[in-house]
Amino acid sequence: MPQNAESILDHETLFRQPEYLELFENKKKNFEYPVPADQVQQIVEWTKTAEYKDKNFARDSLTINPAKACQPLGAVFAANGFAKTLSFVHGSQGCVAYYRSHFSRHFKEPTSCVSSSMTEDAAVFGGLNNMVDGLANTYNLYKPEMIAVSTTCMAEVIGDDLNAFIKTAKEKGSLPGEFDVPFAHTPAFVGSHITGYDNALLGIIKHFWDGKADTAPKLERTPNDSINFIGGFDGFVVGNIPEVRRIFKLMDVEHTFLCDPSDNWNTPTDGTFRMYDGGTTKQQVEAALNAKASIVFQEFSAQKTAKFIAEHGQEVVALNHPMGVSGTDKFLMEIARITGKPIPAELERERGRLVDAIADSQAHLHGKKYALYGDPDFLLGMTQFLLELGAEPTHVLSTNGDTEWAAKIQALFDASPFGKGCKVYPKRDLWHMRSLLFTEPVDFLIGNTYGKYLERDTGVPLIRLVFPIFDRHHYHRTPIWGYEGGMRVLVMLLDEFFETLDAKTNIPSKTDYSFDIIR
Amino acid sequence: MSLTLEQSKQRNKQLIEEVLKAYPEKTAKRRAKHLNTFEEGKTDCNVKSNIKSIPGVMTIRGCAYAGSKGVVWGPIKDMIHISHGPVGCGQYSWGSRRNYYIGTTGIDTFVTMQFTSDFQEKDIVFGGDKKLDKIIDEIQGLFPLNKGITIQSECPIGLIGDDIEAVSKKKSKELNNHTIVPVRCEGFRGVSQSLGHHIANDAVRDWVFDKTDPNKHAFESTPYDVAIIGDYNIGGDAWSSRILLEEMGLRVIAQWSGDGSIAELENTPKAKLNVLHCYRSMNYISRHMEEKYGVPWVEYNFFGPSKIEASLREIAGHFDDRIKENAERVIAKYKALTDAVIAKYRPRLEGKTVMLFVGGLRPRHVIGAYEDLGMNVVGTGYEFGHNDDYQRTTHYVKDGTLIYDDVTGFEFEKFVEKVQPDLVGSGIKEKYVFQKMGVPFRQMHSWDYSGPYHGYDGFGIFARDMDMAINSPVWNLTKAPWK
Repeated sequence: MPQNAESILDHETLFRQPEYLELFENKKKNFEYPVPADQVQQIVEWTKTAEYKDKNFARDSLTINPAKACQPLGAVFAANGFAKTLSFVHGSQGCVAYYRSHFSRHFKEPTSCVSSSMTEDAAVFGGLNNMVDGLANTYNLYKPEMIAVSTTCMAEVIGDDLNAFIKTAKEKGSLPGEFDVPFAHTPAFVGSHITGYDNALLGIIKHFWDGKADTAPKLERTPNDSINFIGGFDGFVVGNIPEVRRIFKLMDVEHTFLCDPSDNWNTPTDGTFRMYDGGTTKQQVEAALNAKASIVFQEFSAQKTAKFIAEHGQEVVALNHPMGVSGTDKFLMEIARITGKPIPAELERERGRLVDAIADSQAHLHGKKYALYGDPDFLLGMTQFLLELGAEPTHVLSTNGDTEWAAKIQALFDASPFGKGCKVYPKRDLWHMRSLLFTEPVDFLIGNTYGKYLERDTGVPLIRLVFPIFDRHHYHRTPIWGYEGGMRVLVMLLDEFFETLDAKTNIPSKTDYSFDIIR
Repeated sequence: MSLTLEQSKQRNKQLIEEVLKAYPEKTAKRRAKHLNTFEEGKTDCNVKSNIKSIPGVMTIRGCAYAGSKGVVWGPIKDMIHISHGPVGCGQYSWGSRRNYYIGTTGIDTFVTMQFTSDFQEKDIVFGGDKKLDKIIDEIQGLFPLNKGITIQSECPIGLIGDDIEAVSKKKSKELNNHTIVPVRCEGFRGVSQSLGHHIANDAVRDWVFDKTDPNKHAFESTPYDVAIIGDYNIGGDAWSSRILLEEMGLRVIAQWSGDGSIAELENTPKAKLNVLHCYRSMNYISRHMEEKYGVPWVEYNFFGPSKIEASLREIAGHFDDRIKENAERVIAKYKALTDAVIAKYRPRLEGKTVMLFVGGLRPRHVIGAYEDLGMNVVGTGYEFGHNDDYQRTTHYVKDGTLIYDDVTGFEFEKFVEKVQPDLVGSGIKEKYVFQKMGVPFRQMHSWDYSGPYHGYDGFGIFARDMDMAINSPVWNLTKAPWK
């Protein structure tokens, strides 16, 4: 009998008991009509070849294991960064169930979001009634101070007009005329989740700055000395925003986060469920028009928003997810340049400590080859950090990065001796990455949870630094930005290096002469 | 302080009235039909079900695509399931349901992969049929050992007028009758996952059964051939069920669909009996097999020893004395194990109350397992149940149980706040809401990454998991001592 009451066997042990091994064997042999094992092995080996790689890279229609999601996911992320704001996605309801699950699996937090639950009749007649009823219900039931509307592909395909629908809903009394309902069309068949973040954020800023869909006067800009900060779609937002806030405070800079979900996805367990917590207030959004400049931390995640802000008379500094020493240097120097404030000694000491740590450990990372994938800006920041560690970002792959992005990565390669022989892959997926890892092997892989399948197949150890991370807990709680974040990322790279080295040297009498106590 | 039956019925009534007050009048009227208290002796739970969710209330439900790709088809391991449309649906449902299987992923099995046509604007404007045609060729080129392909439609497919059936027929012909199954499970169809199950079942009927030569596989029948229907092998559930049926002397010729293969599907009409676990998602194909192939079906419940015992006898009742005797032997064999599990955990769980909100069969099926541990289910409801589910529920729930169909986020939060159960069992979207409130929680879709929960081997894990949720010391820490 496999199970044992004294010491309960979990699935990973239970199914290795002889009774189950026999069951698997018989099921396969007698009922699955399986492909013969030698044929399976033959194909396994074939998929590792350059021939297979060429075939794999020749496909132009099928996407396999992409590293991107769809627009409305980003819209829900953006809306979640505003105070007492409920995300309302107009279209099919299953989508909302997916976004909520996806975020909850990553942040281990609730994610509130409602759907207008459109079904077949709405596909025929349009979703106006769903919007009218939906806004009334959301307003009454969840008492938000703002409802941020975005769309699923269903609503986009049938061409529902959000502006007109929201107006009609207000006329029909679903909610008060002055109630703030910013909106954004977020078609899933254009761009990716970072596009949706951009569109939704723009929708909210535009609503407040440009006259609330023609229901209020446009705001006039009266410049002041504060700075706006736009973080972009970021799986580490819970750790990163407080770190940036700390930096601004140390530099004594007036600042506004345009979109800050770092409290909403970081509430305590103390007996109370907080549906809304923290976030950027409406007043802050309005006042943000007067800022001296906006720092966009992830350029590709806020392109339209950046353009809009620039058109309203602000300087926009677009960065690409700066990380590590020189990345953070640039970020701080930009703040100093814009505000005229000096970079305080405390931050300089932090910088020195990060350089100290790199100096202590660089020998272990020098010349190590990395494959990395994820969102375009993260890859720019991470590539730069790897290069300054003397590591080689051999394969840099993005599903939602385009040729403009690829040129920027190439420029980083070209500027460093460690970038020689490294290659960038725009608009590729993780099945392409699988071929690369077999044909041009590397030492480590940087990616998200789905990278574990690549780790299993190719043996390349995975470092989880990319959204979503479902199978490790609490990574998102500490930053990867700033010198402090750089320190954390450095430790993650080193940990994986040392763990891998120990695992390679731990067989008694065979390899354990290298099982060193000091490394 | 525990309430008397009358008191708790009264409390439920007030509670329902109270939550309904928060809605606009029209919505309150509609929601009122979905909330009630079970009265002993009634033949259903006196709630309406399988009705459109109300916009803007935060339904927990998903869509038809989730029901077809996510539930029914996705686990068939040696086929490739294309999420046809934009990238998101396939991405969010990628690997999250824990349908365990044995195979070399990417070579002869494909469950934990995400194949998508990643629709772009041009595909919406010009249609995606040509792209689909090309995708099938690319699949054949890169994954030569796949045993078939399904096309899981996302919302746009039905809206832009693509003819995936024509593409499927054409490609199947080109590819020497390769199994290619178009599934019209666009997310806007129906009111929940449920229609997706039905559509997926119909697709098996039309594109697998009706198109397969019954002699495709050399197959020798025995009088003891059964098929497990409606077990998705979450955390290995179907395996810890199969082992019991085999020990009884039955031969399990197919698993639908956890760890299932297309050959098993094709051979299922040869079964002598279909044993059906998740009635909701697979009653359709069971009824079809009964009508067309004369295969009877019987529902069973492998949660907790009481229900397992009854189910083993019920299944054995369809066979000869040898099987009946074997069933008794199996029950006796595992008695020591279940007694030990109960002896260990019941004292820690006795009298604890549970509120459930799940899909499929679980809002009723798991009640017996809790009762085996001395626990009481005081509230339950279905995400996408129909009236026949609520009828079946009457055999499980006690008088005075709070019933909530397609519960909204708001209602569920208020119900739990007032009823104060010792445990809530629901999904990932609900988990952290209740934990923040200090209420122990277990995910009852994914088994909270544990399992199996089916069968005797699963019961031990179930009991241990419920114990560690409820009796974790963390729940003593939620209030700061100085407050």
